[in-house]
Amino acid sequence: MNQFVTLVVGGLFLGSIYSLVALGFVTVFKATQVINFAQGSVLLLGAYVIARAHDSIGFWPAVVLGVLAAAVAAVLIDAVFIRRVRDADLGTLAILTLGIDILLLTELTRRIGTDVLNIGAPWGSDVVEALGIRIPASRVIAGGVAMVLVAGFWAAFKFTDWGIAMRSAAEDGETASLMGIRLNRVAAAAWALAGALAAIGGLFLTSFPAAGVTGGVGLVALAAIPAVVLGGFDSPAGAVVGGLIIGVVSVLTAGYQQELSFLGRGLGGVAPYVVMLLVLLVRPSGLFGTREITRV
Amino acid sequence: MFRLATAIGVVVVLAALPLYLESFWLQTALFAMAAMVAAIGLSLLVGIAGQLSLAHAFFVAIGAYGYSYLAERIAPLLALVAAVLLAGLAGALFSPISGRVRGIYLGLASLGLVFLGQHILQNATGITGGYSGIAVPPFSLFGFSFSSTSPDSLVILGVPFGALERLWYLGVVLVAVAIWYGRNLVRSRPGRALATLRDSEVAAEVMGVDVVRYKAAAFCVSSMYAGLGGVLMALAFGRIVPESFGLLLSIDFLVMIVIGGAGSVGGAAAGALFVTALPLVLNHYSGSLPLLAEPGTGGVGAAEFSRFVYGAAIVAVLLFARDGLAGLARRIRKEKIA
Repeated sequence: MNQFVTLVVGGLFLGSIYSLVALGFVTVFKATQVINFAQGSVLLLGAYVIARAHDSIGFWPAVVLGVLAAAVAAVLIDAVFIRRVRDADLGTLAILTLGIDILLLTELTRRIGTDVLNIGAPWGSDVVEALGIRIPASRVIAGGVAMVLVAGFWAAFKFTDWGIAMRSAAEDGETASLMGIRLNRVAAAAWALAGALAAIGGLFLTSFPAAGVTGGVGLVALAAIPAVVLGGFDSPAGAVVGGLIIGVVSVLTAGYQQELSFLGRGLGGVAPYVVMLLVLLVRPSGLFGTREITRV
Repeated sequence: MFRLATAIGVVVVLAALPLYLESFWLQTALFAMAAMVAAIGLSLLVGIAGQLSLAHAFFVAIGAYGYSYLAERIAPLLALVAAVLLAGLAGALFSPISGRVRGIYLGLASLGLVFLGQHILQNATGITGGYSGIAVPPFSLFGFSFSSTSPDSLVILGVPFGALERLWYLGVVLVAVAIWYGRNLVRSRPGRALATLRDSEVAAEVMGVDVVRYKAAAFCVSSMYAGLGGVLMALAFGRIVPESFGLLLSIDFLVMIVIGGAGSVGGAAAGALFVTALPLVLNHYSGSLPLLAEPGTGGVGAAEFSRFVYGAAIVAVLLFARDGLAGLARRIRKEKIA
């Protein structure tokens, strides 16, 4: 029982990191109708900048720098590439971001090589113990940060002018633009937010118990995709819930590896995708997604 | 008359090429031909039916492993057919999702299959050999083996015909069949129904097209193409390992048809040639290209350079020539006529 509780709590904390990355994904999708495959390499960029800079300028300034770098990179992707072909269909835009992802990822993995870069976080490999549950400090902090960011995101989305602009742009871009909402600005804000969230996700994904920043971290960020699909593409709440589910599922399956050994090794990695497929069988538009209804 | 002459010319050149090409080029061509067959299948799915799939590598793997497993037990020709059917069956099993989920959403959902496939390939060691993979039994037809034995030391016009030379002809025939079938499918009644479905599901439904069934069927046909491509790929590799059938291969296929121009059968073949040959050729000539660094020295090596070219090609095609190579060819032809 104790093991079960430990795993679930650990899964929720890991899931909160996925939630952040997934939230960025959904924000971009809502604002610009782009499924952003470059999220993974932007995440890696953020983590890479933090890992490279923390020695010379200290950890917290490095985090700010990394988040800024990722946000700027995301905005540039939108402004330089996506904006030129805004009217293209979903598939084309998605593949375009895939191309950008390959370019950015190749350069980053070339720079990282086979090294494992230390992220230099002050919490190091500390472990927090409460109620008989032991969780790495970095995961607890990640959970706290995620909670604050998600609450802030929700409030901004609900109450600020930016949030209203964003929601109206998602609802009906043309009308929103006629009402004086600058779509390009809304788009840029969404991309910047997604980049920043990705960098923060990257920071925690590369902290203890992970080894550090490697070229493969971009692939880890792919786990945010089942979270997004699970939650239903266009729902920020769905992204958060989906992220938590994915976190719990992957930690539970990895934790009970011994008991589940008949399903093969390395189950934690594949379980999120299996859950995604199972949910889609029952609900093709995800848990919280808008169902597409066509009236004739 | 002119078309007939061109056709004969093409056949003669294709038949004569193994007499002149070195084994590196034959090997590259074989990989490209395998990719072509699978890419045509994906092109039909994406370009004609408007469905996106990131699971193509999964079905390629089913074809490759299906053939390798079965060819040990039954005649290779039967194994080939069975492997293709197996891939089609897997595609049909996915129909509860592929029939109901549309476009890019299907693409993301099908991402799950690639990871599931990797997991199965790594763990079902009895069939797949796990991490270290399995050897692929050579293909043979009526006693003629597509390997270096039986007939042993076959020499034609002074050129020894080993496995690569013999497989070349198998590849050419399979690609030709794939192109011919694809072209016909596009122009047929189901092809038109799928094109309507891509442009508007409502219109298609109104015209009496069973949307769910057609979407599932398109997925099924494209999986069978993938299976056939997989068999050819397995033969070209000689030994297959799970690593070759991961997400990167799925992405490669998408990129092939984007570069070629989605929906065009010939374009998909051209895209497949480009994507498959690029890293192999750059690597082959990396010694004589002045700008490329040796691996491990920190500069841009052949592998990285080919990834850069690959990424840049995707971006350039989508920004400047969204209908791909096929669209470019069409425009040039029009200008000539005008």
